[in-house]
Amino acid sequence: MSKSFPEEVLEHVFSFITSDSDRNAVSLVCKSWYEIERWCRKRVFVGNCYAVSPRILTRRFPEVRSVEIKGKPHFADFNLVPEGWGGCVYPWISAMAGAYPWLEEIRLKRMVVSDEALELISTSFCNFKVFVLSSCEGFSTDGLASIAANCRKLRELDLRESEVDDLSGHWLSHFPDTWTSLVSLNIACLGSEVSFSALERLVARSPNLRTLRLNRAVSLEKLHNLLCRAPQLVEFGTGAYSSELRPDVFSNLAGGFSGCKQLKGLSGFWDVVPAYLPAIYLTCSGLTSLNLSYATIQSPDLVKLVSQCRNLQRLWVLDYIEDFGLDALAASCKDLQELRVFPSDPYVVDPNVSLTERGLVAVSEGCPKLQSVLYFCRQMSNAALVAIARNRPNLVCFRLCIIEPRAPDYLTLEPLDAGFGAIVEHCKELRRLSLSGLLTDRVFEYIGTRGRKLEMLSIAFAGDSDLGLHHVLSGCESLRKLEIRDCPFGDKALLANAAKLETMRSLWMSSCSVSFGACKLLGQKLPRLNVEVIDERGSPDSRPESCPVEKLYIYRTVAGPRVDMPPFVWTIDEDAALRTLLSLRKIEVSLDIHERM
Amino acid sequence: FMEQDYEGMATEVSSYSNEAELELGLGLSIGGGGGGLLKAKGSPWGEYGKIMTAKDFPSGFCGTKRAADYGGDGPPDVGYSASPGVSQVVGWPPLRTYRMNSLANQAKVLNDEEEKRVGGNDECNGALKENMDNESNKNDTIKDNGQLGFVKVNIDGMPIGRKVDLNAHACYETLARTLEEMFCRPSTTINSNRSGGQEKGKATQTSKLLDGSSEFVLTYEDREGDWMLVGDVPWGMFLSTVRRLRIMKTSEANGLAPSFRERNDRHKSKPI
Repeated sequence: MSKSFPEEVLEHVFSFITSDSDRNAVSLVCKSWYEIERWCRKRVFVGNCYAVSPRILTRRFPEVRSVEIKGKPHFADFNLVPEGWGGCVYPWISAMAGAYPWLEEIRLKRMVVSDEALELISTSFCNFKVFVLSSCEGFSTDGLASIAANCRKLRELDLRESEVDDLSGHWLSHFPDTWTSLVSLNIACLGSEVSFSALERLVARSPNLRTLRLNRAVSLEKLHNLLCRAPQLVEFGTGAYSSELRPDVFSNLAGGFSGCKQLKGLSGFWDVVPAYLPAIYLTCSGLTSLNLSYATIQSPDLVKLVSQCRNLQRLWVLDYIEDFGLDALAASCKDLQELRVFPSDPYVVDPNVSLTERGLVAVSEGCPKLQSVLYFCRQMSNAALVAIARNRPNLVCFRLCIIEPRAPDYLTLEPLDAGFGAIVEHCKELRRLSLSGLLTDRVFEYIGTRGRKLEMLSIAFAGDSDLGLHHVLSGCESLRKLEIRDCPFGDKALLANAAKLETMRSLWMSSCSVSFGACKLLGQKLPRLNVEVIDERGSPDSRPESCPVEKLYIYRTVAGPRVDMPPFVWTIDEDAALRTLLSLRKIEVSLDIHERM
Repeated sequence: FMEQDYEGMATEVSSYSNEAELELGLGLSIGGGGGGLLKAKGSPWGEYGKIMTAKDFPSGFCGTKRAADYGGDGPPDVGYSASPGVSQVVGWPPLRTYRMNSLANQAKVLNDEEEKRVGGNDECNGALKENMDNESNKNDTIKDNGQLGFVKVNIDGMPIGRKVDLNAHACYETLARTLEEMFCRPSTTINSNRSGGQEKGKATQTSKLLDGSSEFVLTYEDREGDWMLVGDVPWGMFLSTVRRLRIMKTSEANGLAPSFRERNDRHKSKPI
């Protein structure tokens, strides 16, 4: 049957199948489909760089044009993963340099990228077009200079929130004058000033430029120079949005913005001087995305701005917006899909602004399309969570961070189990959930049984016992990523649900109560998992086996144990685990004898 | 073995009640001892099978200090102001480094009335005002080094460094205490006198790292690349010039600027 279609026909059919999971499914149908599929797969996503090796990738898929790879676990964003942990991209670049000379796109997230890697990229891929470095680190502006100098076909360079060793802004000048293919440039994370004239010339010779995100060092007075040269811009990020109040600066700026008739997204806005905000008013009605999360302006100014953005779909903002501002948002922005509210002063216990659970409830009531929420606040109640859940059953991502760990319902002083329970019960499409506040094991029972589509769960300072973790691991059919910190979860639940770990991408546990002995058992029992203990106190063998490990990262892999582990990461080698097994068996035997007597 | 465990667990789960402490059998029925191995209290197995939780360890032992600090025996009192404060928990609230630096630097400039600061105990108030006065200095620094808030910290003897958020502190004392906690373990000798968390929160106690009584001293590299002892200059000035920190063995720190303690001693012996 499988020979009834010539390969070319199947290949043509497969070319319409772009989603990774569909492609994976296709490859499992039969051997010939596997072969045809692997030869024509153009795009690969590696969710965990240690789950598979570069060699396995390049051998299976010889014709890849686009690669996306993720490295460190998510909690690395919050300094929970020590420096030097891993996630180096160089071995991947090195393998792909040989195997994929026609590679066009590289997208990396939380990886360590050296200048050597950048240089290798710049000289290995003559068709290199798209380079996205999201939350990466390890490289300097020298490495960027190689990219600029050598990648003649580059269209997209996006340094999203990466940590760059910023030696100077000179690298931008390495883009040759003949290079005119720029479509997207994001340098917002860079500290030092780039040559403005080089930037100006670059923008002027890039007719396809759609996205330009500047860094803080670009001053307000100069923005209009760029905007006038790029009226086709769709996404724009300002630099520092402040200047002395001068009418000529204002009118230039307003003119620049009003010339960009296709503008849909704005960001940047560091150091905002409110008097300059009206310069963007004319763009507001077209905006679908607005990132004001660095804009330290007060609620009235925010309200004036936001209430003009009738088509807004995504808003990132500081808690200066306050409940009052969120009311206005709910009234004006009926297309809102994503809301993120960040804390302006996260380290004080007492609130510095009047932002409470009421703001979020208002938005959940007023915005029927709301599906993604990230909300930092200082008080929450079960009643509010229940209301949110009932208002917005279409929520897909709900991340709530009540700033004080273990904060109870501020009205009843009870745990927030019922509130989060309502969220998972009503929001049947929920894929991502982050918990906070005072929570007992009961909330995990709700999550385990009702969170059927939940793929990613983040837990901190919650639960009473292993039962909590057991509920999650024995339920949550779709769970892929679980990250836990500072919870009283230990060995029992992990060992009882060990098989579950092979169905997930990864599990992170830090400051919990998982013993080294249990880690060894897991490592021995499940060879397709890498069980890695991160402990900066020295070898876990130097402590009793019952002593909890500091941090634990378990992930499924076909590549075997890592070869690049730093000194503070221990993997479980088979011999050690076997010895544990034998010593436990001796105890079993002696117990039997004891009981019989 | 896992299927058997699961069955054993399931029956016990169904009989779980809120009040009773769940006695889950560890069920390590290795090699197929039927039905899982149930713990008998008081048996030799019980010793090995006990799952240690943070509560079993006095705070300071075996690194689960953070969880122990927060107790976990029930909801904290509302308005529990004696808590260590959110800033001393690593990675909480969950905000990216870049965002924290950015916010901290801007918020202080615009909120003139905002006097509240992290770790703002009395000893910091003098430094606090200085901190605010030095805002303009700091903003200039930010343009050069957008990542000011978090700086790297290394300690002699440990190859792996950490990062500390300078913006979460208003004076040397809290910074030093945070660093002591970060790097202190029972096995090292920095805090050999420390016992079970007694010293936590004591505002009046000088950090050993600053007063010269420990075998380590706290030093920093400034913008010119010179290594200086921490504590010599006003806090605000320190913030505007520090590049990174190093906890150095006292024996190696000779030749650096006069120590904090030496200066204090000199003050003390000054005749009235």
